[in-house]
Amino acid sequence: MSQTIEERLYTIRYKADDKSHLIITDHNVCENCRDKPCNHFCPSDVYLWHDVERMTSVAYENCIECGTCRLACPYYNIEWVYPKGGYGITYRYG
Amino acid sequence: MADERFDVIVVGAGPAGTAAAYTIAKAGLKVALIERGEFPGAKNIFGGVLYRKQLEDLIPEFWKEAPLERTIIEQRLWVLGEDNTFQVAFRDGRFQDPPNCWTGLRVKFDQWFASKAEQAGAVPIYETVVTELLRDVHRVVGVRTDRVDGDLYANIVIIADGVNSLLGKSLMVHREWNPDQVSLAVKEVISLPKQTIQDRFNLEDNEGCTIELIGQMSKMAGLGFLYTNKDTLSLGVGVMVSDLQKKRVKPYEVLDSIKRHPMISRLIQGGEVKEYSGHLIPEGGFDSIPPLAGDGWMICGDAAQMVNAVHREGTNLAVTSGRLAGETAIAAHLRGDFSFGTLDDYNTAIRASFVHKDLKKYRGVHSLLGFGDSEKLFDKLPESLNEAIYQMLLVDGVPKKDKQKMAMRLLRDAAGGNLDLLRLGIKGWRAMNG
Repeated sequence: MSQTIEERLYTIRYKADDKSHLIITDHNVCENCRDKPCNHFCPSDVYLWHDVERMTSVAYENCIECGTCRLACPYYNIEWVYPKGGYGITYRYG
Repeated sequence: MADERFDVIVVGAGPAGTAAAYTIAKAGLKVALIERGEFPGAKNIFGGVLYRKQLEDLIPEFWKEAPLERTIIEQRLWVLGEDNTFQVAFRDGRFQDPPNCWTGLRVKFDQWFASKAEQAGAVPIYETVVTELLRDVHRVVGVRTDRVDGDLYANIVIIADGVNSLLGKSLMVHREWNPDQVSLAVKEVISLPKQTIQDRFNLEDNEGCTIELIGQMSKMAGLGFLYTNKDTLSLGVGVMVSDLQKKRVKPYEVLDSIKRHPMISRLIQGGEVKEYSGHLIPEGGFDSIPPLAGDGWMICGDAAQMVNAVHREGTNLAVTSGRLAGETAIAAHLRGDFSFGTLDDYNTAIRASFVHKDLKKYRGVHSLLGFGDSEKLFDKLPESLNEAIYQMLLVDGVPKKDKQKMAMRLLRDAAGGNLDLLRLGIKGWRAMNG
């Protein structure tokens, strides 16, 4: 009964703001980041490096607001704030 | 909302903040309870176990009305090898009466708890993010929110904004947490018929059991858990963020591998995943606790790293810290003094409580997990322990004395030699008895 991350995220109710609460401060930092650990440590796969565009995309509307990226980006290159009041995730069980 | 003044503003309606707001409201002071979620609990998850004692100090016999799942009468510890498991368990009917602890789900529980604070007179301000603390030189005098004209003023601000505590950080009471001071937990709530849960876990009626899991965490410092709720199971893993940073394993893949383990897969078989969730756990322990008070502010719960990872206690530390901050706020109000001199009484009260004493006892655990021992402790030793027991129990004509030698050699090799096994043993003992 293993599930894909899409199926997992589908179980959470989101109210997405039209503006991201997560901002990559400097894409050049990602370019030079060898391991790009954000592509792995995020529990909802928010971050993905694109080789062609040379940038990290941020699927902020999938964010479960845990704060891992805030602490685990080796260059502290992610500006992290909470979504606006009432926006973001709402759990049903918790 | 402009120019509204409170005696106390509490930021965060989790167990710490709500305990503070409840305590203060009951004393008749004007207190605001601010929460960024749609309602209290909307953003909150835990394993989770709720304990009686600390909540009962606040609301006697709360369990008669609070939304709780099952009364825990049995606690198990499973050391997982790849396809074997060493198990220990303890069951005692006395844990029923009075109840010692329950499993719970935070969306229901936090809403109920906050409703008690509201009934006591706390002013709920939900769907509101506190973006910064308002200061008059050094003194905290209020909060700025993301509402229009959203500045609120108070004599005291109680910071209970959870593990990420952006407010604590803005006060510079702590630097940013290091990645080894927090773990990321991911969890699934899996539904199964009530009777199926009771049959599979050997339970009746509202009896519940918890299983803590060691081993098989993709070579990272981490622990798993499987708890019984009424008609759901809570299954999760918590992994140290510094290890996640290095190992290039996705957190939910660690959860997947646990779900495939033969001991777990049969317990969750046929269940439907109702919810996936994730949250950081402050696990820095005693040495990560920031200063707890200053001019016009106090800090409680996860925001102050008050989690006892060894005993997986957190909400009870949060509730006690919130209550003590609340009581200090009341005393400060009576004295008319909101400076550090008075609010430091909260620090004194914490030091006299189990919160400080328990965290101090285990202060060495955090460093035990660093320094390269985590792979030994969380991967090699569990694997070798299972193999050693397999060899001891296998009747194959090899004399028991030789078997015992073989078992000891397995453990010694896993630790990296005799000296290292001894060192790990001594370090472990000290970490648990500091």
